[in-house]
Amino acid sequence: MRFTLNGKKRQVQAPPMKRLLDVLREECGLTGTKEGCGEGECGACTVLVDGMPVNSCLIPFAQVRGSLVTTIEGLQGRHPLQDAFIAEGGAQCGICTPGMILAAAALPRGATLDEIRLGLAGNICRCTGYSAIYRAIRKASATRNRARREQ
Amino acid sequence: MRSSYGGKETWCARSLPKSEGKRLSSSRSPTRSGFNEPRGRPLTAMHSVGRNVPRKEGFDKVTGRALYVDDLTFPGMLHGRTIRSTIAAGEIEGIHLGFDRKGFTIADCRDVPGRNVVALIELDQPCLAERHVRHFAEPILLLAHEDRERLLEAESRVSIDYREIAPIYDPEKSDRCFKEIVIEKGELARGFEEADVVVEGEYRVGHQEQLYIEPNGVIALPENGGITVYGSLQCPYYVHRALRVLLGLPDEKVRVVQTETGGGFGGKEEYPSMIAGHAAILAWKSRRPVKLVYDRVEDMIATTKRHPGVIRHRTGVTRDGRLTAIEIDVLLDGGAYMTLSPVVLSRGVIHATGPYRCNHVRIHGRVVATNTPPNGAFRGFGAPQTQFAAEVHMERIAETLGMDPVRLREKNAFRPGDTTSTGQTLGRDTSALRVLREAVSRSDFRAKRRAYRGTNRGIGLALFFHGSGFTGGGEVKLASKASLELTETGARILVASTEIGQGTRTMHAQIVADTLKIPYENVEVEAVDTARVPDSGPTVASRTCMVVGKILERCAAEIRRELGRRSAREYLAEHGSLVVTKEYAGPDGLYWDDETYRGDAYGAFGWGCDVVEVERDPETWEIRPTRITAVQEIGKAIHPVLAAGQIEGGTAQAVGYALLEEVAMRDGRMANAQLTNYLVPTTLDTPEIDVAILENPYEHGPFGAKGVGEMPIDGPAPAIVNAIRSLGIDVRSIPATPERILEAPAIPSPG
Repeated sequence: MRFTLNGKKRQVQAPPMKRLLDVLREECGLTGTKEGCGEGECGACTVLVDGMPVNSCLIPFAQVRGSLVTTIEGLQGRHPLQDAFIAEGGAQCGICTPGMILAAAALPRGATLDEIRLGLAGNICRCTGYSAIYRAIRKASATRNRARREQ
Repeated sequence: MRSSYGGKETWCARSLPKSEGKRLSSSRSPTRSGFNEPRGRPLTAMHSVGRNVPRKEGFDKVTGRALYVDDLTFPGMLHGRTIRSTIAAGEIEGIHLGFDRKGFTIADCRDVPGRNVVALIELDQPCLAERHVRHFAEPILLLAHEDRERLLEAESRVSIDYREIAPIYDPEKSDRCFKEIVIEKGELARGFEEADVVVEGEYRVGHQEQLYIEPNGVIALPENGGITVYGSLQCPYYVHRALRVLLGLPDEKVRVVQTETGGGFGGKEEYPSMIAGHAAILAWKSRRPVKLVYDRVEDMIATTKRHPGVIRHRTGVTRDGRLTAIEIDVLLDGGAYMTLSPVVLSRGVIHATGPYRCNHVRIHGRVVATNTPPNGAFRGFGAPQTQFAAEVHMERIAETLGMDPVRLREKNAFRPGDTTSTGQTLGRDTSALRVLREAVSRSDFRAKRRAYRGTNRGIGLALFFHGSGFTGGGEVKLASKASLELTETGARILVASTEIGQGTRTMHAQIVADTLKIPYENVEVEAVDTARVPDSGPTVASRTCMVVGKILERCAAEIRRELGRRSAREYLAEHGSLVVTKEYAGPDGLYWDDETYRGDAYGAFGWGCDVVEVERDPETWEIRPTRITAVQEIGKAIHPVLAAGQIEGGTAQAVGYALLEEVAMRDGRMANAQLTNYLVPTTLDTPEIDVAILENPYEHGPFGAKGVGEMPIDGPAPAIVNAIRSLGIDVRSIPATPERILEAPAIPSPG
């Protein structure tokens, strides 16, 4: 089955009803996507499908045929959110971090605190109490704005 | 600038404006980045303590490169699965497999090469049940297969016959006591004679699931005639000892390696010894690597939780609010096996008075057996339970006397020189009053309390403390070790203290870097592998910074002395290598008697005060916290962002404890073992948290630091319940769900 994974066209053989999470981790060898609950409640397995955050534990592989799938590996450590999560303490144990960063990456530009809260409501973090994650998102957004102004 | 290393100069050498030294950092609102470098501090490459250096494994965590146990595979690896009891008490009469055994490895208690126990305090818990079953989900049989689907199918075909015995679920009806502790100070009868008023009350706290987002998991490999275990765990040497006993192997044949760990909170303190034992038995029998990773449901039904409890207070108080007598009865439900229950009870009873002085105290604590899955370590370790009761009771005393709750606490809060219930004389780093006053003024408590009267809004507070390190003589018995190895460019830390999100690697590297006067980047941290690192004791009890960090500081000081004027390169060219290992050396004059429970319970206490504002939904009676002010005095924030992260995270976890997280036990089993119906705080349930860190250095901590990990979870639950009480609702148990609030009576007006 063909789909685009982190910007590259891929052809992957896997049972169509296999969870996208397992295909990414096993067939594609991308273990950055984590399983926290297996029932779509914790958001640790969040990936972007055509730019939208989805729980990859709930999606059968067949559903991403022809789609653009982005995992944490696809950000290549260059997304401003990644630096900001380090600086602001947005990642503690790190298990929710890949999903949290991808969910945050899908937030609208200049999101308000309420919008951030709503946007991340499906991603549970048990370490931070979320405050540091909000600070990281604000910081990344400011960095992007600055970069745009300087261009 | 004077040397800022070693001795008492450490904290006075810095030319800081006074206010900076006191309040290092604050995050008034999440919209403001509150943890940048404190102003006025001289910054050099050799100065990392107190600065927010990038965490050691931060890049790996934000890029998905960090490897957790489920991310690892080994050639020929099998997957393991545990078959568990479906009854709470009884005897096993027969096991029927019901599937074709070909390709399966099957193990039961007869396959244990050594002793069939999970070695911890008492050897009472079998690794695999023999004849008796004492709780639901007790492990009985192990299966392994290379195909996970086949494994799950086989599991569904296993059936077990039991002869059931009447189970005991109610701790008040238990006939087996794991541990009983009595603390006595002064003469209780005299204290009650001095009292004008006696206030009594009963308080209840429920189970709480740690709910680390990465479930428990290990991989066991037969290796070099012994066994190697990779796993998500807090205490590699606990697992090491358990495997030695279980497999009957000598020290050097057992190796435990920690993989990146996705949260612990105590839930990976003792339980990994069980799951590692299971994987090891399967690996031993199959001679192949075996991966055993729990799914969420299994993790929730089978692993340890916070002890539920019933705590009764009877307090004598004068009309003007002085505590004259405190009598407390603590009953904790330990579940079916002892695990760490006696130590949880110990911390619980020592903290049971809250941070208040009183000359006449009697505390009686018991932890008893029931036919429910064993309870165990969870952040706070007994103190959140007993301090919940203490602080809600304190509020009720204020209500009874018609007294301002702040004034009542001010009057009784510990001062330096006061003695605790165990007779410990408190030192200069006693900050109860300071955190109380800071939290009250910072949150505008008094004005809001007046303004919210008669509305659907409430405000409440809680004052609390938390001892850092093992209780009593625990640290001396542990005799923890840490090593530091000189490298060409700096040093390498060798400790068994694990990074579980709290920042162990980073904080230890900062302490070493500043003591050696080298850049933080030049300090490496060795992977936690029992073949490489000494036993630094478990990563628990808020001891990793204060206790293990201090040993590392001493190692670094010795390396500096040894080097003299030579560079590391010169020294290594001359001598080949330099590794310094030091053992825990407690401060002189600490005294503890385990028989009488008298003496210095902890080297140091942290101090905290939380103020919580809540709103009641007039339709659903749901309580929503809208703002929390958390003021905590932790000695010294080695890394302010990480320290604030501990406070914010612990506070949020306590919001769940207070309002949302209900373990519904039906017939001895957790009926809501899913994230769908066991609710932990999401972004929408967690209010804005305003953190203020105060520093009052502890002279025997590294750079003045005390513990920080556990204390934040002690305060929010009673502060939330006290905020609900300010709405006139008499709630005395948690979680304070809408159902409980609806059933709660109104608080009668004083007099």
